[in-house]
Amino acid sequence: MSDIRKAFENGKAFIPFITCGDPDLETTAAAIRAMAENGADLIELGIPFSDPTAEGPVIQGANIRALAGGITTDRIFDFVAELRRDVKTPFVFMTYANVVYSYDAERFMARCCETGVGGIILPDLPYEEKGEFSAVAKQYGIDLISLIAPTSANRIKMIAKDAEGFIYIVSSLGVTGVRSEINTDIGEIVKIIRENTDIPCAVGFGISKPEQAKKMAELSDGAIVGSAIIRLLEKYGKDAPQYIGEYVKTMKDAVMGR
Amino acid sequence: MTDSKGRFGIHGGQYIPETLMNAVIELENAYNHCKDDPEFNKELTELLNNYAGRPSLLYYAEKLTRELGGAKIYLKREDLNHTGSHKINNVLGQALLAKKMGKTRLIAETGAGQHGVATATAAALLDMECVVFMGEEDTVRQALNVYRMRLLSAKVIPVKTGTATLKDAVSEAMREWTSRIDDTHYCLGSVMGPHPFPTIVRDFQAVISREARAQILEKEGRLPDAVIACVGGGSNAIGSFYHFIPDADVKLIGCEAAGKGIDTFETAATVNTGRTGIFHGMKSYFCQDKYGQIAPVYSISAGLDYPGVGPEHAYLHDIKRAEYVPVTDDEAVDAFEFLSRTEGIIPAIESAHAVAYAMKLAPTMDKDKIIIITISGRGDKDCAAIARYRGEDIHE
Repeated sequence: MSDIRKAFENGKAFIPFITCGDPDLETTAAAIRAMAENGADLIELGIPFSDPTAEGPVIQGANIRALAGGITTDRIFDFVAELRRDVKTPFVFMTYANVVYSYDAERFMARCCETGVGGIILPDLPYEEKGEFSAVAKQYGIDLISLIAPTSANRIKMIAKDAEGFIYIVSSLGVTGVRSEINTDIGEIVKIIRENTDIPCAVGFGISKPEQAKKMAELSDGAIVGSAIIRLLEKYGKDAPQYIGEYVKTMKDAVMGR
Repeated sequence: MTDSKGRFGIHGGQYIPETLMNAVIELENAYNHCKDDPEFNKELTELLNNYAGRPSLLYYAEKLTRELGGAKIYLKREDLNHTGSHKINNVLGQALLAKKMGKTRLIAETGAGQHGVATATAAALLDMECVVFMGEEDTVRQALNVYRMRLLSAKVIPVKTGTATLKDAVSEAMREWTSRIDDTHYCLGSVMGPHPFPTIVRDFQAVISREARAQILEKEGRLPDAVIACVGGGSNAIGSFYHFIPDADVKLIGCEAAGKGIDTFETAATVNTGRTGIFHGMKSYFCQDKYGQIAPVYSISAGLDYPGVGPEHAYLHDIKRAEYVPVTDDEAVDAFEFLSRTEGIIPAIESAHAVAYAMKLAPTMDKDKIIIITISGRGDKDCAAIARYRGEDIHE
């Protein structure tokens, strides 16, 4: 079992996302340290993909900027290994199936294990296709994170029973990005999850404001935020880490009901 | 654990966001119900015959045969279909299926605009709303088709992301589908994407080889020696091959867009230059770098300018049942002009890739051999671009 469980031991979890190498790895490192120091419980590290079909325009932009800067999967592994010397917060990778497949799934999992990345989120790998990666992930103790969507309905039970690490509840239809409101009945989804597993679950997609994060964390075990952080990087560039730190603190306070 | 569905050897599958899983399962169930339903098939045949103008001709290209001096060449004339290409075969099937599923809105991607026009046409006929995603680059290359789609009351959304071509149009259509599923069917235009699309599109396009097989038997009393079609995603090719697959003596040849050549980076010849990967819902061959980043591909043909290929083609390549050959821009443009000159038939630049390979192959074969080339579409849409390629600026 990975260290992901630990992320849910400090009350409701706040889980920020960042794309590695946007705009460069120095900025990413500073942002991750700022996240860790300000209460992030688990950090999602994006490995950029040329054609991220589950992302809205904001994270697409981050992927493009990172790749334009010459980032590669190998450089990201080296970067994480370096970061691990002082950052102890649990990490998960978020990328696309082809990035893992092309690297060779076994080699990818081995390096995750080596660098202390406990899980992988692959938004284009549904339950039916998991088998191809899950056997080798298990071998290296890496959790393959399952996603549950507003359309999952009769599939929730099946996915929950087989889930590892934590369950990523997709709050809304569509792609990642900031939304003014979330209309899905998250409570009902969580209820079915709880009936089938004791693995924690956190809600992502569309969350940017403290009130939203608070509400989602009340309904589940935590809140995940991506696009709102990438927007800070868009706006402040290399100066973003300081603002990201402040933002993470506000959001962690919100999910804790402080 | 549930097994992966829709496999062709190791290829295919359903690599899509969880949000879409129930949508593709619903589609599969609806299709399995309709495909053997006499009522559905009667309606579809009626549309194909009395609206789209099927069966399409199998035309003996006597002058072309004489000029090339080898095998006897027949052209399967999908260019004569309503809307000017094979795309209508699939679209009528999917639109009718979507209608039966209670969907009121069709979304589609398009490269050259042929599939977009066909989808807009079916939507107009069946009273459905229609939104077409098209790479911005392609809206410039194929301005006439953009106008046709608008005339048919479809909304055309230029896609500016990535390389602003077919690949990005597919990504954007997939994104749109995840945000609106209830009333919307994604009318995918090629034998690609997640299961069940590669199978559904193949079955609807298989009408090409079903007819061609019967037609050649009637005209020649025997099967052809080779069937040649162009391959982007591969829908007209799989349609042209399908009913000949069990006939081991019939060579099946797919012509990929080599762009400026397979030894350059400006190519879209996926089977020849790509390797196995996972993208756009399927495992198949893709043009990509060593880290799995999808390559920006290039071809003069907007319809073949795609970094992947349908999973069944990948499989036919693996088992060596079909052969995939690269054809450059230059060769395709020469063939575009040659067929126009010799037969008075202006092929789509996509189809001209198949003609170009036939021009190399036919002279090497005996006169008693037979080749069928699928002319997947008509070339009117390409005239301005080809003129430009030859240094002539014409205004449509």
